[in-house]
Amino acid sequence: MTRWHDFIEKDGKAPAWPYPIHYDKEQEIETDILVIGGGIAGCWAAIAAARNGAKVAIAEKGDVSRSGAGGPGCDHWCNVPANPLSNVDPDEWASAMADMPFCNGIGIQIQCREDWDTLVEMEQIGGKIRDTKDEYVGAKGRDAKSKIMISPRYTRNVSFGPDAADRRKFKSNPQDKMNNTVIRVWGTTFKAALKKECKKLGVKIFDRVMITSLLTEKGVQGARVVGATGLNGRTGEFMIFKSKASIVATAGDWSLYLLNTELAGYNTFRSRTITGDGNAMAFRAGAELTLMERTGEMRLATGFRHTWYGGAGDASYENVPIVDAKGKRLPWPTQGWEDGGAMRPSEKDMAKILAGLKSGQYQLPFFGDFPAMKDIERSATWDLMLGEESTTKNITDSYERAGFNPSKHLLMNFSLIEGNTPTQWRTAGGGGPMVDWNLKTTLDGLYVAGENMFAAGDHSYAAATGRYAGRKAAAYTKQVAQGAVSKLQINQEKKRVYAPIKRTSGIDWKELHAGIAKAMQYFCSEYKTDLLLNMGLDALKEIEEVHVPRLYALDPHKLMRAVEDLSLLTHGQIIINAALARKASSRMLNHFRIDYPQLDPPEWDKYLTIKLANDKVKIGSKPQRYFGDMVKNYEKYNKDYTGVYKRK
Amino acid sequence: MTQQKTYALPNTTTPGSNVIFNPAKCNGCNHCVEVCQCDVYIPNPVKGKPPVILHPDECWYCGCCVNDCPRPGAVYFNWPVQQRAYWMDKKTGKILRDSQT
Repeated sequence: MTRWHDFIEKDGKAPAWPYPIHYDKEQEIETDILVIGGGIAGCWAAIAAARNGAKVAIAEKGDVSRSGAGGPGCDHWCNVPANPLSNVDPDEWASAMADMPFCNGIGIQIQCREDWDTLVEMEQIGGKIRDTKDEYVGAKGRDAKSKIMISPRYTRNVSFGPDAADRRKFKSNPQDKMNNTVIRVWGTTFKAALKKECKKLGVKIFDRVMITSLLTEKGVQGARVVGATGLNGRTGEFMIFKSKASIVATAGDWSLYLLNTELAGYNTFRSRTITGDGNAMAFRAGAELTLMERTGEMRLATGFRHTWYGGAGDASYENVPIVDAKGKRLPWPTQGWEDGGAMRPSEKDMAKILAGLKSGQYQLPFFGDFPAMKDIERSATWDLMLGEESTTKNITDSYERAGFNPSKHLLMNFSLIEGNTPTQWRTAGGGGPMVDWNLKTTLDGLYVAGENMFAAGDHSYAAATGRYAGRKAAAYTKQVAQGAVSKLQINQEKKRVYAPIKRTSGIDWKELHAGIAKAMQYFCSEYKTDLLLNMGLDALKEIEEVHVPRLYALDPHKLMRAVEDLSLLTHGQIIINAALARKASSRMLNHFRIDYPQLDPPEWDKYLTIKLANDKVKIGSKPQRYFGDMVKNYEKYNKDYTGVYKRK
Repeated sequence: MTQQKTYALPNTTTPGSNVIFNPAKCNGCNHCVEVCQCDVYIPNPVKGKPPVILHPDECWYCGCCVNDCPRPGAVYFNWPVQQRAYWMDKKTGKILRDSQT
């Protein structure tokens, strides 16, 4: 009896809700810093803040031990140019990474300067970052002395696109040695170590608690953030946090454009819990957000299969040659040493492959030819990279149990036979709060870290920026007292959060989610016009006025999902408003306006900002590279930075 | 043959069972219930029994419940049929498939 249906089928009775129900109970917590989201960024923020003397609480929707996109694991520690094996200067690497419009130069500079320190601290607290058991002796990129394993990614260029194979010149690397800026790591050990360290430092962890809103001083929009409200998704208990500073680290929003969570585990790169809460609550509190018009085609998981289930050609499958059904090698990159980690074929090579299919030169389906690899390289890919990446260990385990042996078998690749992701299936995580060099938003008391930042990076970026935001927020809390929360604001939020449990019929969270997603797919996808986008705003308004009042929830879990839907709805509204405001097309922002077709005209070469003032949408702008000289500013703001933490 | 009572039930979701528990090995410690970030599982009403899969439709296949299980083999992944892997034997050219049940 392990399926819900088993209980019904056996005696016609559903199991009782296993947790106490506390809808009317309130818990109040006072702390220096509240970290919102206990993923990679959140945990690092909490650790850094606690080490800097602050009293810290984390509120996490899941359980900190494995929550967040990086909770299950991580195989690449990317952009770590300050590591001892690197052949490039960290500042030059940062400058190359920032050599594109609409980047987040602040986050990039932090990552390049502090990623190595962060990784060393990860090792100090129990994460595995070296081949200490000598399992991969002989694998290319393994340094015999330090036992650090360099990944082929970025060894020639700052790219994993087709141009990854092209050598990019770095002044600091005049001999064109391998850049060595990405390290292979044993990331399944990381999250458990982070939780343990949080506990050791006295961080109060509130698992299963979703933060639903930020509290501002005296309840005024745009005023200092002085706390937050939360909901326990198991008990329904209401939480009131009073804090001198808060750090939002809830990542982006990968759910907004997807209709449901079924058929493929939703989207196996991000779970349903990632619903844009941080952006939605920061916006409602009056913070300025930017790049919100940027959405990207999902490409990775399409809802039809597991991400990374590609048989090669996806991120973890390094050095795997791709062959056709008859074993003939394709001009497809191996994302390995021979092509500098390129993941996708160039347009020219893709044309060759497609022509070859038509002429009979190549036959579908394609396969990842694991047996053709050197034993040690195959083991490094299959056992280390797939074994340690976020969601792939269960792939290696279950395939092997089913009889797959990488030394004998070629794994089928899904390229071309599966088709492409519809352009309406998008990620909506490109934007986030505007930040300064303290990773402070435009609101006092509110900081941001990790994927919640605009134009954010990956796992190691989340770690480094989390650690940085924690440090900066801790410094702020030493200068200020607790602010005054507004009882009225708390009561209004309580009313909003609990509305769905006051009803017993109407529509559930799944139907509402699909309704919001469909409106986004129709009106704010590949093709954009003022008319379409305004129809989108009207559609979301209608959802807000007609269908949200019908939203009902039968238990605390469904209530939390329902409140997440409200975050999605706000997030969608922000995105459409921002898309309407940018009256030009932009390649970098995946923003294509039929009514304003000119691509990246100079007058629109700026960040658009969006915020609420007196509950009205206000659009503003900031120039490209508003963050100034990255090296100078980093040094100006971090004179007190002492590098790797030294335990007392 | 005893006639089982037939209830009127809605369809199950897809996937309906994202994992399979082995009751012989699982001691109902509920570690998987705790590590799941989506609350796919709830503890079994009977203490010591494997958890109940309450929200399989929310599973994102992160694998933590299986990977972190303190009693290996007590729970394992059950890929939906549409997601099963295909592969080819290098020597024979034969196409093989994950046909675990």
